[in-house]
Amino acid sequence: MERRRFLGYLIAAPTLAVGVKLTADSVLEANALPSPTPEVSEVYDLSDLLLDSTRATANLITIVVNEDGTVSFSIPRAESGQGITTTAAVLIAEEMGIDVSDVNVTLADARPELLFNQQTQGSASVISIYTPVRVAAALARGRLVEAAATILGDEAENLRTTGGRVLSTAGSSVPFAELAAAAANSVTREAITELKPVDEFEIIGTDTRRDDVVAAVTGRKNYTMDLDVPEALPTMIARPPTIKGTVESVNNLDQVRTMPGVTDVVEISTDAEPGRGTTSSAVAVRARTFGQCIDAVNALDITWGGGNVDDESDETILEQLRAADAPANLPSPTPLDEVGGVVPLATDALGEVGPVEALEQEFVFYWRSNAAMEPNVAIADVRDGEAEVWTPSQIPIVTQSQLAQVLGMTPAQVTVHVPRGGGAFGRRLFSDAALDAARVSQEIGKPVRLMWHRADECRAGRVHPMCISRVKATYSPSLGEVVSFEQRQTSVATDYTESLGDMITSQAAKLPFANELTLSQTVFLLTASVPYDLGAIVFGYNEIFDFDRFATGSVRNLNNQDFRPAQELMVDQLAAKLGEDPMEFRLNRVEDERAKAVLEAVRDEGDWGRDLPEGVAQGVVVHNEYKGSVAILAEVDTRPETAEREIRGATTGPRVRKVTVAVDVGLAINPLGLKAQMEGGVMTGISHVFTGSLHLRDGNFLEGSWDDYRYTRHWNAPPEIDVIVMPPSGDRPGGAGELAVGAATAAVACAYARAVGEMPTSFPIGHTKDVPFEVKKFVPPLPPSPTDGLTAYPTPSAAGPAFNPAS
Amino acid sequence: MPPRTFKVNGRPVTVDIEDDVRLLWVLRDVLGITGPKYGCGINVCKACTSHINGRAFNPCSVPVSAIQPTDEVTTIEGLPDTVGADLHPMQEAWIDRDVPQCGYCQPGQIMAAVDLVKKVKADGGSITDDDIDEIRNMCACGTYSRIREAIKQGAENM
Repeated sequence: MERRRFLGYLIAAPTLAVGVKLTADSVLEANALPSPTPEVSEVYDLSDLLLDSTRATANLITIVVNEDGTVSFSIPRAESGQGITTTAAVLIAEEMGIDVSDVNVTLADARPELLFNQQTQGSASVISIYTPVRVAAALARGRLVEAAATILGDEAENLRTTGGRVLSTAGSSVPFAELAAAAANSVTREAITELKPVDEFEIIGTDTRRDDVVAAVTGRKNYTMDLDVPEALPTMIARPPTIKGTVESVNNLDQVRTMPGVTDVVEISTDAEPGRGTTSSAVAVRARTFGQCIDAVNALDITWGGGNVDDESDETILEQLRAADAPANLPSPTPLDEVGGVVPLATDALGEVGPVEALEQEFVFYWRSNAAMEPNVAIADVRDGEAEVWTPSQIPIVTQSQLAQVLGMTPAQVTVHVPRGGGAFGRRLFSDAALDAARVSQEIGKPVRLMWHRADECRAGRVHPMCISRVKATYSPSLGEVVSFEQRQTSVATDYTESLGDMITSQAAKLPFANELTLSQTVFLLTASVPYDLGAIVFGYNEIFDFDRFATGSVRNLNNQDFRPAQELMVDQLAAKLGEDPMEFRLNRVEDERAKAVLEAVRDEGDWGRDLPEGVAQGVVVHNEYKGSVAILAEVDTRPETAEREIRGATTGPRVRKVTVAVDVGLAINPLGLKAQMEGGVMTGISHVFTGSLHLRDGNFLEGSWDDYRYTRHWNAPPEIDVIVMPPSGDRPGGAGELAVGAATAAVACAYARAVGEMPTSFPIGHTKDVPFEVKKFVPPLPPSPTDGLTAYPTPSAAGPAFNPAS
Repeated sequence: MPPRTFKVNGRPVTVDIEDDVRLLWVLRDVLGITGPKYGCGINVCKACTSHINGRAFNPCSVPVSAIQPTDEVTTIEGLPDTVGADLHPMQEAWIDRDVPQCGYCQPGQIMAAVDLVKKVKADGGSITDDDIDEIRNMCACGTYSRIREAIKQGAENM
């Protein structure tokens, strides 16, 4: 078989430097446009969109071989824990024959010429860099070998590379360090290379530790707030007591300006969407320490104007979601015009269906935060007609262009550096902190180190919008088959304008649906999936409100964290009605071999159907997304001795005690990192099922910190978790960062339902119980730091009593 | 507002700062010791967990005036020195298990784990899942299962 050849550039530089233009990637052509099969996402999904919209400019990434023989690569992606820098280092090391530890991957500044090829979302990073990075590395290796041939007196095709050296057949060798300059190019020119065949991979597919693991565990890993930028003093913001409120007046400005450590107090706009949408404002304080910022923020006497949603609470939103939901209309061969975005589905004829029975259910999903441990942060120095900003942006080009807009500059006057982030989860697709920091710096003419307080994140941050999912399924008892399955999601509007908006517009002609859809409906259709043959399948998506009424955004796994749990709970109901075991029901109806294989893997490894005490049960689901397939088997223990166990200040409740995951991403580059992403996704799914939510009450969220927003903690984490990485099923990697979230949420929900004998229909299950914490004040805006830290540990300072969603 | 003197990571330090400024900000903003992280400022996320005189505490909730001249503060940066090595056994276990994802909470997780193991050992026991369940340190990447394994592994070498 003729191997494919790829084009790249040898770049004029003092040492060897190569750049890559991606060409002739036949995988995409084979994947071209959809036939009328069930779900759009099966043939053209979000991964395709993200890949297609990055292709035109993927030629501009470069690899440099340094004089010491190490290799440098500046990746146009964010690294927020998902491991993409390590993955890139593995790809380069594999292709070049160098140790992974000798590859240094850094994060690129905002590079506007990259257009869409500098965004980190949709679990698409590894999919989109896989070929270009390898091509660049192969070109670099080729040049090193050419240069070595002369020195070693051997033909280039006889040479091989390993351990950062070029070896001849006779056994002599020369290190990359001695070749870096010799292989350099004086002019930039095109070059052609081939890639290492998959069956010769030695590093890809083996476990590689994170490139920053030592730095992370020794405190030497620098996040944005740790950077040494002179004069960039701590800065925080006094925010309004209701969402998107505005400052009417500051009544004690002079007094606060004289507080200890305070250097500046200034009112700023906090418009999140520069130039459009709603407006809001706040007051910023710059001081010697963040502690003095907190004190000064709380000392401000501000008269606030109204917010954007002051009359809204969970109940009023739920009423509006229900009112907006389109009526059931199924089965139907035509689009449901009221909602739009509904794809009619082809299915094999069932034969004589006979009388059918119906199941119908509404599921409610409350607000979720996508907050990371590192708060929203940015350092900004806006002086002398230039802006230099450091922020862990997932989409630095957009950050740069928004900064230019609010600062009245051209993008060329704005430099955006991208430090490694302390988590992202979609939150850093928005540039809020960078805009805040730049506005303050420009106003006062000094550098600032701006950090959101945790309370800001809960109350003024981005949220996964509240939504409802309505499912109606019909089945034929006589035939033993599901006849139709309809699922409609109605949500508070999700703001995709900063992240996916321009990319979808640029690819509109390729998208496999011609009708006019909103951005959110497009994203929905690109992500929503039904992995089973459930007869005639129809789904649709509808929204209430303008895109920015609430500050919403992408949260790890977008729609499927709601869509799939609702669906899988109904699948379990259907299995029960048709008298089938939940595992067998899925295996019998799953539509592709990879999905079947992962299901069988968790069935066998997770011991499906084993004897369990009353109150303990298993749940299983399979999910296809991001070019991958994952099955999750979860065991949930709801027995009183477990659910009601007391840990001071902890929300205990039902415990997920064992989870088995089987994952197939096609080709796993780094199984150790892939497993980590699955494990993390499971923890987020547990939070989604039981306790992790925000309560909207009279125009703001009640939660004010991590004790209130009850993400999974050590006491909720499963003591046993086993991740099986399937053997390669293809020659390309799929995405992993979000793959497990919706599946884990669904599996845990299904297990809980079987354990208690009642299907939960509102998530997280704990949300509609009492609010189990003392609500922190809204004015002043920040909870003051306690003073009892020497005696309080490990006593929690503010958490409420143990709270059991099952009771 | 007299200057405050105490020891951090074996080194005497003197700071001139208002009495009520919490130690976390003295460490980070004044002394430039950035291993302890801010995650909440109210002693619930535990990302800033460090040691004072060998016991875990959270400097976000301690005014600098409460630190005595004889007090020894240890942050993640100083942890290896407490065992006279390049890395503490708990850090080695963390590396071996490739625990961190984003890594932001991990200095606090490690400092809490070391304290917990010391306490359990002082009580004559060995670390159990129930002990680990009580750790309050928050991790939004969800690395809990690897932390659990690493604590057990690190404890064996402490």
